[in-house]
Amino acid sequence: MAKGGAGQMIGQVFSWLTDSAHWQDTALDTGITTQLLAHIRFSLIALGIASAIGLPLGLYIGHTRRGTFLVAGANALRSLPSVGLLVLLTVMIAPHFHGRTDIGYVIPTEIVLVLLAVPPILSNTYAGVDNVSPAVTDAARGMGMRGRQVLFNVELPCSLPLIFSGIRSATLQVIATATIASFVPLGGLGRFIYDGLQQQDYPQMIGGGVLVAGLALAADLLLAAIQRFAVSRGISGRFSTKGGAPVGPIEAALTRAEVETV
Amino acid sequence: MIIVAADSPASASSSPWHFFGYFMDHRSEDLGWLWTHAWLSVVPVMVGLLIALPLGWLSRRYGWLYPPMMSITGLLYTIPSIALFVLVPPLLGLSSLDPLQVPIALTVYSVALLVRVVADGLASVPDDVNQAATAIGYTRARRLFKVELPVAVPVIAAGLRVATVSNVSMVAIAGTIGMSNLGQLFQIGKDLSTPTAYYPPIVLGIVLCVLLALVLDSIILILTRLATPWRRAVPAR
Repeated sequence: MAKGGAGQMIGQVFSWLTDSAHWQDTALDTGITTQLLAHIRFSLIALGIASAIGLPLGLYIGHTRRGTFLVAGANALRSLPSVGLLVLLTVMIAPHFHGRTDIGYVIPTEIVLVLLAVPPILSNTYAGVDNVSPAVTDAARGMGMRGRQVLFNVELPCSLPLIFSGIRSATLQVIATATIASFVPLGGLGRFIYDGLQQQDYPQMIGGGVLVAGLALAADLLLAAIQRFAVSRGISGRFSTKGGAPVGPIEAALTRAEVETV
Repeated sequence: MIIVAADSPASASSSPWHFFGYFMDHRSEDLGWLWTHAWLSVVPVMVGLLIALPLGWLSRRYGWLYPPMMSITGLLYTIPSIALFVLVPPLLGLSSLDPLQVPIALTVYSVALLVRVVADGLASVPDDVNQAATAIGYTRARRLFKVELPVAVPVIAAGLRVATVSNVSMVAIAGTIGMSNLGQLFQIGKDLSTPTAYYPPIVLGIVLCVLLALVLDSIILILTRLATPWRRAVPAR
């Protein structure tokens, strides 16, 4: 009985997703295409800001070993519940904006997304530079490289795998939290989940879940592909018989835990 | 000071610092949510560890299993929690708002994280230690439980801390789709915040979530200390 129900539900979700009417905007409803683009836009803005903060700061702290407390401080944010932060900032900021724009919801959401994306980027960048073997940097200095050259020609390329795992972890976190932003309420793919729940339209709700999961997997795959081209073979260990260390969201989470305990 | 019990929250102070007063006014409800929140954060990690131990051991014992195991768990860990919450019921044939969907989804995350942690923890046991254990007559099974797992405890515990702390935040997300836990406080705060902001339940929810995460984290830390007395016997490197 339950099995049949599940099969039926999967069929309904599939037909919800493949109905072209759901992908286009109508006078009453916003379609999947628009919400998908909105979701990607929110995520890219947040990731851009977070990278602009986290990357240089992580490189600086890793290179100079100064200000490591900042990394620990950023990691302390991990225990903050993202929904709570989102609701708090929304009720703080949204009433100051009136009219037909959703800017009053966009600003608090972006603040939360940046707050969540900076720690993984910062701590993985720091850990990446910190993990570069002193023998390598000493050799670079011995060859006559200056501090800046050591940082950009040696330490940065060597730490790219960890930096990428930080960016990938941040991306997943941002896509996930941008979904919850529909709860406050804002556009994006989460709209379908929360609207479907409210209207007891479960195919729509589950279809929204499928879209969010698909977006997260696609984004991670894209970043993994970029990483393949960006990271030197000598560092990634690709094509070597030993095999390099795998990188992904789990590694990034564990790297943060390691950094935290230092 | 006498606080007049305010049935209608609008009559109470809406200052963020009034969260303690809000807690006192709604104590039984809030404590109930805190309790379910704590259970929902802990039990999936425990179940996840039980499932991850054999899987992690297998992927350490049979090397060819390691890459596919890590790919699958990495893939599962990639799916955002809110998406996994709504995807679990149709995939498992549950009704669309089943009370089990959240613990099952959280167990999936815990397994995904912990398989890797267990495999790496077992890999962190020095070869000399394993050989010494074998040399003094330990069977493979006895060596696993008496030597390898205890030596791997610090690595596994680090993974448990990550899984538990992130669980606390994900349970709150489940509150937004109607599950009764501390996430409900955010729903209430949002609903009461029109037209002007009403902070107490929101701030209370954040404070309780952070406290819960800190307490659970400390408990794991203390248990790890107790389980690894030998680490305190040698001077830190």
